[in-house]
Amino acid sequence: MPEEILLNVNHIDAFHGSFQALWDVSLSVKPGEIVAIIGANSSGKSTLLDTISGLVHPARGSIEFEGQDISRLAPFKIVDLGICQTPEGRGIFPDLTVLENLTLGSYNPKARPKRTQNLREVYSLFPILEERKNQLGKTLSGGEQQMLAIGRSFMSNPKIMLLDEMSLGLAPILVNELYRVLREIRERGITILFVEQNVRRSLTEADRAYIMEAGRVVLSGNTAELREEESVKKAYFGA
Amino acid sequence: MDILADLATPIVMGILLGGLYAVIALGLSLVFGVVKEINIAHGDLVILGSYLGYVAMSVIGIDPIISLVIGMPLLFGIGFVLQKYILNRAFKISMDATLIIAFGISIILQSAYQLIWSPMSRGLTTSYALESFTMGPVRFPLTYLLDFIIAIFVMIFLREFLRRTYLGKAIRAAAQDRKTAHLMGINTDQVYAYTFGISMVFAAIAGIFLGLTFAFTPVSGMSFLIIALGVVVLGGMGSILGTFIGGIAFGLAQTLGGHFFGLAAQMLVAYTMVLAVLAVIPRGIFGR
Repeated sequence: MPEEILLNVNHIDAFHGSFQALWDVSLSVKPGEIVAIIGANSSGKSTLLDTISGLVHPARGSIEFEGQDISRLAPFKIVDLGICQTPEGRGIFPDLTVLENLTLGSYNPKARPKRTQNLREVYSLFPILEERKNQLGKTLSGGEQQMLAIGRSFMSNPKIMLLDEMSLGLAPILVNELYRVLREIRERGITILFVEQNVRRSLTEADRAYIMEAGRVVLSGNTAELREEESVKKAYFGA
Repeated sequence: MDILADLATPIVMGILLGGLYAVIALGLSLVFGVVKEINIAHGDLVILGSYLGYVAMSVIGIDPIISLVIGMPLLFGIGFVLQKYILNRAFKISMDATLIIAFGISIILQSAYQLIWSPMSRGLTTSYALESFTMGPVRFPLTYLLDFIIAIFVMIFLREFLRRTYLGKAIRAAAQDRKTAHLMGINTDQVYAYTFGISMVFAAIAGIFLGLTFAFTPVSGMSFLIIALGVVVLGGMGSILGTFIGGIAFGLAQTLGGHFFGLAAQMLVAYTMVLAVLAVIPRGIFGR
């Protein structure tokens, strides 16, 4: 039996206006994996997630999800298929309540019938959200907003969750908690692809990782091996 | 006491008239707040509502207010199609493209009205449109009171619709954060088409009450667009309460301006007030 691939990014180039943000980037994710994309600011990590989500269309190359080419689809169709991104900065709708934010996560037709069930799951993953359900999104703390953003993505009934810089600006104890929940979400059969600036954290939380620099993938592999890689140690751990 | 009694007429008239202005401006404000488009054709689409009422009355023989049963869904459909098949595409090119297309729609509509209904001025002269009522020392046309009542009704309806329905929540989400709305699987093109359609429902209502209150011609849309822009800018872009308050402020400035400086100066006073308010609070009274 051939190895199953959930998401396959094939040699893509992508642009922001005339600036080329991605150069010949390839990546693949298998069902049930946790995969990290690591890199400094403006290394193209976020653009890669936005290209998968359909906000940016690749100029060259293709993106396949469960064998289907999705590189030209509108963002909402990509969510329908089961790919949901939690954006950098969380993207909470500020003047909507926590509950309204969550229910909008289940906008796509496949998620609507499961709304009640998924809402119960989100509340069990993040009990604080149930306590705060009638508060406006903008009144939450940074950590609570990140929980809301993850919970809202969960509401879309995804097969894979894309997370952009979820630990940015949060206290380490909160970040530990968020990663614990991510592992729990993976236990429920949801694949995870996250972008992270914190190399040490990424290499412990993920199964595999891709390291990006200036819009290119420069290194990839199992995190256990990458942790031992001399160049990684030198560049990121100062050893 | 005399001065007060003297002022009572323009003040009450201004407030009631402000209700009509608010209804006219509401659709413009909604589309601006959500889609971020300035619909230059809004005034002409309101006038389309007036002409539909005119046809219902003179050809079919039904009351213009009752004709809204047909007028509202018809204008909703026109708005939905305009946004979905024309403006959404233009929007992806640039903001200016939507402005130019809306301007084109405005010219097409005005020319069509000239052809169909001639440049003559028309009005929705129902029996009750000529009625008046007395409140203390002042006498008013009944239509002014109707304008104000319908304004309150329409504002509350929109507020509750945006708050309580799922589509309303999606509209607010798309207005607040377009990128995240995309990422949450919201088909924003569809949501914008609904939003434009809803703004046209308000245009249909505004058109009827405008026609009951004033005479209109094929080019009246432009002057009411300019009033609506003043109202929206005054109240703060995209705020329902702001549009209502902006309408009343504009109506008051107009009637009080007319009272103190003569009818010829009433619009001058109203727009000077818009400018003065914006010089102090550039975001409008309820702007964020």
